[in-house]
Amino acid sequence: MTLYKRLSKDELARRVAQDIFDGAYVNLGIGMPTTVANHIPAGMEVILHSENGILGMGPAPQAGHEDYDLINAGKQPVTLLNGGVYFHHADSFAMMRGGHLDICVLGAFQVSASGDLANWSTGEPGSIPAVGGAMDLAIGAKQTWVMMDLLTKSGESKVVANCSYPLTGIACVKRIYSDLATLECTPGGLRLIDKVDGLELSELERLIGLPIQS
Amino acid sequence: MINKIASSVADALSSVADGATVLIGGFGTAGIPNELIDGLIEQGARDLTVVNNNAGNGDSGLAALLKTGRVKKIICSFPRQADSYVFDALYRSQKIELELVPQGNLAERLRAAGAGVGAFFTPTGFGTELAKNSDGSPKETRLINGKWYVLEYPIHGDVALVKAEAGDRWGNLVYRKAARNFGPVMATAAKFTVASVHEIVELGSLDPESVVTPGIHVSRIVRIERVATEAGGFKKVA
Repeated sequence: MTLYKRLSKDELARRVAQDIFDGAYVNLGIGMPTTVANHIPAGMEVILHSENGILGMGPAPQAGHEDYDLINAGKQPVTLLNGGVYFHHADSFAMMRGGHLDICVLGAFQVSASGDLANWSTGEPGSIPAVGGAMDLAIGAKQTWVMMDLLTKSGESKVVANCSYPLTGIACVKRIYSDLATLECTPGGLRLIDKVDGLELSELERLIGLPIQS
Repeated sequence: MINKIASSVADALSSVADGATVLIGGFGTAGIPNELIDGLIEQGARDLTVVNNNAGNGDSGLAALLKTGRVKKIICSFPRQADSYVFDALYRSQKIELELVPQGNLAERLRAAGAGVGAFFTPTGFGTELAKNSDGSPKETRLINGKWYVLEYPIHGDVALVKAEAGDRWGNLVYRKAARNFGPVMATAAKFTVASVHEIVELGSLDPESVVTPGIHVSRIVRIERVATEAGGFKKVA
């Protein structure tokens, strides 16, 4: 068996940031996707959208300078870049649903080979359901990317033939950025974009349990 | 002469009836009209349906309203939060009905109500559990130009409670930063809209190019004090 190393969370965020282009309008989901902002190359202008009504969102303020009227979708204090603007919720989601954002990066519980996404509920009995903007984000942008570890803690693939968790959207994920490989979801199944050094395609297929075109 | 300025929160909310659907603005710490919610608790209307993005947190504001037991149903996108224990307990003991709506559908259903739209087809939620009615039957769907959509209906409010930054006696409003969120659409979607503001200004002193909510959508405005900044509170403007 050959040796390979998983990307760290920082390395994965950097890998996602590599594919974001100058001038892109981007929504970064709550959690791991938020860290992609830290890796956007200097000199490149990427305009971040927050679904609670901000375009041109900047980084977190310094301690002591928080303004609780200026928060992101995760309800954390943020700042506004010069040129940034505010708008109301219906306009914000129209912006998303209307296909005006270039890229949306989300976390996931599961993604199917054809791009179905499950990221809002584990369907656990007795849990209180909460969806927020997940379903709007999943289907709205020109491209929806998922960023996640490929395997669960117990070693099961989060890339699956069919999602067993409740769906967030159907055939909406274009790319999966994971700690082991970058994959494209197509109607015909998975296609390899890249993988970590030392990881054989056959081993990746074994881990996922699905064929991958390369 | 038009004068929408109410002398107090109690005065502004005196007409809220039992059984009303109350739209309450705010998202996270921003734009929650806590003073108006407290006024509604004082006022005592019951059997309310509340529409908000969340279902309250901690013990104050919306959570305190839920705790009175006067809310029979909540329509929201994200009820579950780290400190949403008041809602959690009511929900688990089946003392409150929950209608879970994707956030963009919530905003658009409010917009549709304010805009006189009878219903609309949205791609959000298609093929998911949220494309079902409360009785489990599927919502109407349609294939339009090769893409599937779900039919969603407007959410009309009897009353809207919104928090703005400044307003005038005609009810024109401006907001502050991301505290705008649901306020402008909720103001249009209710028969009776009450706005709290930190400042009431002379007619003509709000820049007409910058007014976000035209006064036609506002029934009463009431001035409230600023309070110190805290998570869940409001930032004092330097």
